[in-house]
Amino acid sequence: MAIVISKEKQAGNLLTDVQKLSGVDISSCLQCKKCSNGCAVSGMTTTHPSDIIRMLQLNVGDKIFDSDLVWMCASCETCYERCPMKINMAEVLDALRVISVQKNASKQKGNVPLFNRSFLRTVKMFGRTYDIGMIAAYKLGSASLLQDTDKFPMMLAKGKIALTPSFHADKKYTNRIFGRKPDNTQSKNS
Amino acid sequence: MKYAYYPGCSAESTARDQYMSVNEVAKALNIELIEIKGWTCCGSTPAHQTNKNMSIALPAANLLMAKKTGLDMVVFCAACYNRMKVANHEIQNNPAIRKEIADTLGEDYDGSVKVLHFVEVLVKEIGIKKLKSAFTHTLDGLKVASYYGCLLVRPKGVTQFDDPENPTLMDKLITIMGGEMIDWPHKVECCGGGFALTRTDIVVDLSNSILGMAEASGAQCMAVACPMCQINLDMRQSDIHKAKGKDYNLPVVYITQLLGLCLGIEPKKLGMDKCVVSPKPIIELVKMA
Repeated sequence: MAIVISKEKQAGNLLTDVQKLSGVDISSCLQCKKCSNGCAVSGMTTTHPSDIIRMLQLNVGDKIFDSDLVWMCASCETCYERCPMKINMAEVLDALRVISVQKNASKQKGNVPLFNRSFLRTVKMFGRTYDIGMIAAYKLGSASLLQDTDKFPMMLAKGKIALTPSFHADKKYTNRIFGRKPDNTQSKNS
Repeated sequence: MKYAYYPGCSAESTARDQYMSVNEVAKALNIELIEIKGWTCCGSTPAHQTNKNMSIALPAANLLMAKKTGLDMVVFCAACYNRMKVANHEIQNNPAIRKEIADTLGEDYDGSVKVLHFVEVLVKEIGIKKLKSAFTHTLDGLKVASYYGCLLVRPKGVTQFDDPENPTLMDKLITIMGGEMIDWPHKVECCGGGFALTRTDIVVDLSNSILGMAEASGAQCMAVACPMCQINLDMRQSDIHKAKGKDYNLPVVYITQLLGLCLGIEPKKLGMDKCVVSPKPIIELVKMA
């Protein structure tokens, strides 16, 4: 794919931030494209894993958040498994997602950040996930109310969805984890 | 044999059948699974996409609970398994992260709890030979495609489950159950996992390719060891029909459900009535050994 490099001065240094968050040395990539060839979603995305690395190497800045792969990556880790340079691509994409949410730079279909927030909110409340609470929050926020409604009666009948949340979790640790101010800047190498 | 058991959140909802079948099989084989009291969510994909500290602290909290029991931890959900392994790996190899997690949890955890998938307990700890002698029933030549997905096998350096490109642990189980394991190329392809709600289109696409390959390889059913793979491959067959016009009608069951059948356990006790695509053809095929 063609990579466009803007001449505008970028605020901050994305490359440094991603390297710090992921602990990955982006310069070690050889562009062999083994990651892109094995990528599970490569048939559906216009950006592939090796493009993401190239864009970081060229320091294209916030334009990278327009890449569909950032939120279409399924975190299957085939790229990392097969990389001859042991680049942890999954960590690189996680870092990009964290920064993208911080910068409010994601405009993608499906709204994964909303799902993540809905999911983690139930963990914060109950110590475990609560599907109905999570699904309701996600559906209300993403206006996808009708999606999958045909499946709920069947799932309820089969006992595949719990009506009430679990109250058996010991929230001693989760209270500490969620009470703590999120700190996304820690580094693997610090 | 005694283990600290971490069922994971899906055991209480979408994967109740997995929970039931693991418990039944363990009981039949005299494996004592002691549920970790007060276990909490591992954070799964939403945590590692949101905050690194949280993504390690959540599984570490459970590992810390397991450590206090003095037992090895057994997990069935592939996502929980993967997150536990990642937490151990990070804490063992990075003193800065270990310290940070200790600050978050208020207690130090050294990354030392051994984490095993239930399939590993069966094959690596009990062993194929001993297991085989416990079966009262046989799959009688049933053609089974074993599907491992992503999180059990990748990254190999972290999970140490099996070969990351061609794992065979479940195939070994299928063979001793009298089934015919299918040699097929999509064992470790991705089903779309965590996109179950957000990007159903991706799940439909990826699961379609996996089911298509299983069918083309002659499989009569698929055996899985992950709750997300199970629900995607089973429940989405109707969506695949709508989107792609393909009608697989291929039962997708947990490996523990097949094991349960071969141990002579009633299908209902294994939660087999909870499958969306009816596993009746499999149940009818199983007979006394």
